[in-house]
This record gives sequence, C-alpha cells and structure tokens, in this order.
Amino acid sequence: MTQDSGVRAGVRAGLPLALPTLLLGVSFGVLARPVMGSVAPILMSVLVFSGAAQFAALSVLAAGGAAGAAILAGVLMNARWLPMGFAIGPSLPGRAPARAAQGQAIVDASFAIASRGDGSFDRGLLLGATVVQGAAWWSGTVIGVVAGPIVADPRALGLDGIFPAFYLTLLVTEARGRRAAVAAGAGAAITLALMPFAPVGLPIIAASAAALLGLRRA
Amino acid sequence: VTAVWITIAVLCVATVSMRAVGPVTFGNRRLSGRAAAVIGLVAPILLASLVVYETFSARGPGIELDERLAGLAAAGVALALGRSMLVVVAVAAVATAVTRALV
Repeated sequence: MTQDSGVRAGVRAGLPLALPTLLLGVSFGVLARPVMGSVAPILMSVLVFSGAAQFAALSVLAAGGAAGAAILAGVLMNARWLPMGFAIGPSLPGRAPARAAQGQAIVDASFAIASRGDGSFDRGLLLGATVVQGAAWWSGTVIGVVAGPIVADPRALGLDGIFPAFYLTLLVTEARGRRAAVAAGAGAAITLALMPFAPVGLPIIAASAAALLGLRRA
Repeated sequence: VTAVWITIAVLCVATVSMRAVGPVTFGNRRLSGRAAAVIGLVAPILLASLVVYETFSARGPGIELDERLAGLAAAGVALALGRSMLVVVAVAAVATAVTRALV
C-alpha cells in the first residue's frame, strides 16, 4: 500500500480551486436569498455541501416547483457520490462509522485530486482538499447572502470557465494508458449523448457504466 | 417556505447516505484484479464526464454552446505547453471572460 500524504498536502493541492469555489458559493448565496431567505441557503451549504445539487434544487424552487421535484433534481445530481464512494471506499481505513464519516469528504474536486490513477486514493489529499472546498463554499455562501448584488458577476470574470479546465487538467494525468483513455472517451460520449434530454445529473451517473470496460481482458 | 426546509432536510439525509454507502460497503479491503480494473476506470470516466458537463450544461436538460468552450480550448493549449494547473485554470478564466466581453 502506498503511504498517504498528510492533510496539509491536500490543502495545498486544493488551493487552486479555493477562489472559484468561493465565488461559486457567492453566486449560490446571491441567487438563493430571494427564494429561500437568508438562513436556509447557509444551512443548506453546510448540511448538503454539494454545489451541483444545491443549484439544481434551487432552480426548481425558484421556478415555483414543489419540494418533491427539487429533491429529485438534487438527488439525481448527487447520485454520482455512489460510484465515487464505491471507488474510494477500499482506500479508507477504520470501522464502518469512521469510514462513513470520512466518506462525507467526497466532493468532485477532492475525489479527483486524491485519485492515484491505479484505483487507489490518497486519504490525506482527500481530506485536505475538502477542508479547502468546504471553507470556500461556506464562506462564499455567507458572503453571497449578506453582500448580495454588490458582488461582481462571476460569469463576467469567466469563472464558469474554470471548472472544465480544472477537470481537464486532472483528466490528462488520470487517463494515461489506452484503457483509461478509451473509457474516458466513452464516458464523455455517454454524457454528451444524454445531456439534451435526460434530467440534470443523470448523464454523469450514466457515464460511470463505462467503467465496466474494465472487465474486458487487457 | 416549508418546501425549502423539506428540500434541505431530505437532501441532507440523501447526500450523507449516498456518500456513506460506498465507504461502508467496501472499506479497508483489497480488491480483486477485476474489481480494481473497474474501479480504476471510475476516476478518468467521471472526470471526462465532468469536463463535458461543465462545458455544455444548460439550466435544466439541454446543451448550451457558450464562451466556456473558448476557455476549455485555451486550457487545452496551455496543457499541451506543459503549464501548471494554476496557469491552466487562470488561462481558461481569462479566455472565457475575454470571449464573453468581445462576442
């Protein structure tokens, strides 16, 4: 077993995303306040702690949708924690409750940073990167709720262009070898094919079916 | 307002559970060769999927072509030139913002 890095190394690895996540949190706070009031968005960022799911649920509520529809949108967006959890589980030590607690640190950026590329994950990087993500997301939400429209438009700053670039950087190091590259291509194709009509979130979960390519003989 | 609190409560429970299932089921063990081969592909696949999703996502189902694509292309060039992640990410933001301001 490869040695885990310290949490501090994870914090360092997570820093490039601190500002974008903060600003994304700000935009969530700004958009959520008229719909949810000022306490609910902040509590939601702490309790749900998943940007994609929160934005999905918010857009349903903002359109006057029922709680059931908002929950469904959020759950679909979040169902990708299942395949990520199955992937990361074997790398987490301790008894079941301890592992369940560590599993709460699974967010997209940390999952990607912690992946060693051989199917195992670095627990220190996972926890450290999530500390940065959490701090940025929560403080961003608070700023957005409090400061509201004073804050500059994240889109004008091009911040929505950061996340594709971030995942692309990690993908390049991750997709070494023919198998991984083929599987990544299949995952991208599944996502693109489903996006025009499938409910938000589903295209990402469906893509993980491409991992079954791993069952073929090398 | 009640709809908001119901949404938050249920999503909280659902999210915590979904993050816990994998680690509880598969924790602390070594996987067989085939299982490891499948699991090893999850990260590259989800990353590729997230690249596509974050580049083309619209509000709700659909595909939206906008300045994020310019950001992604610029990031690709920076990556090909061997730049660090911080530079790649900054280049993407600048390219997205500039394209948005010009077009």
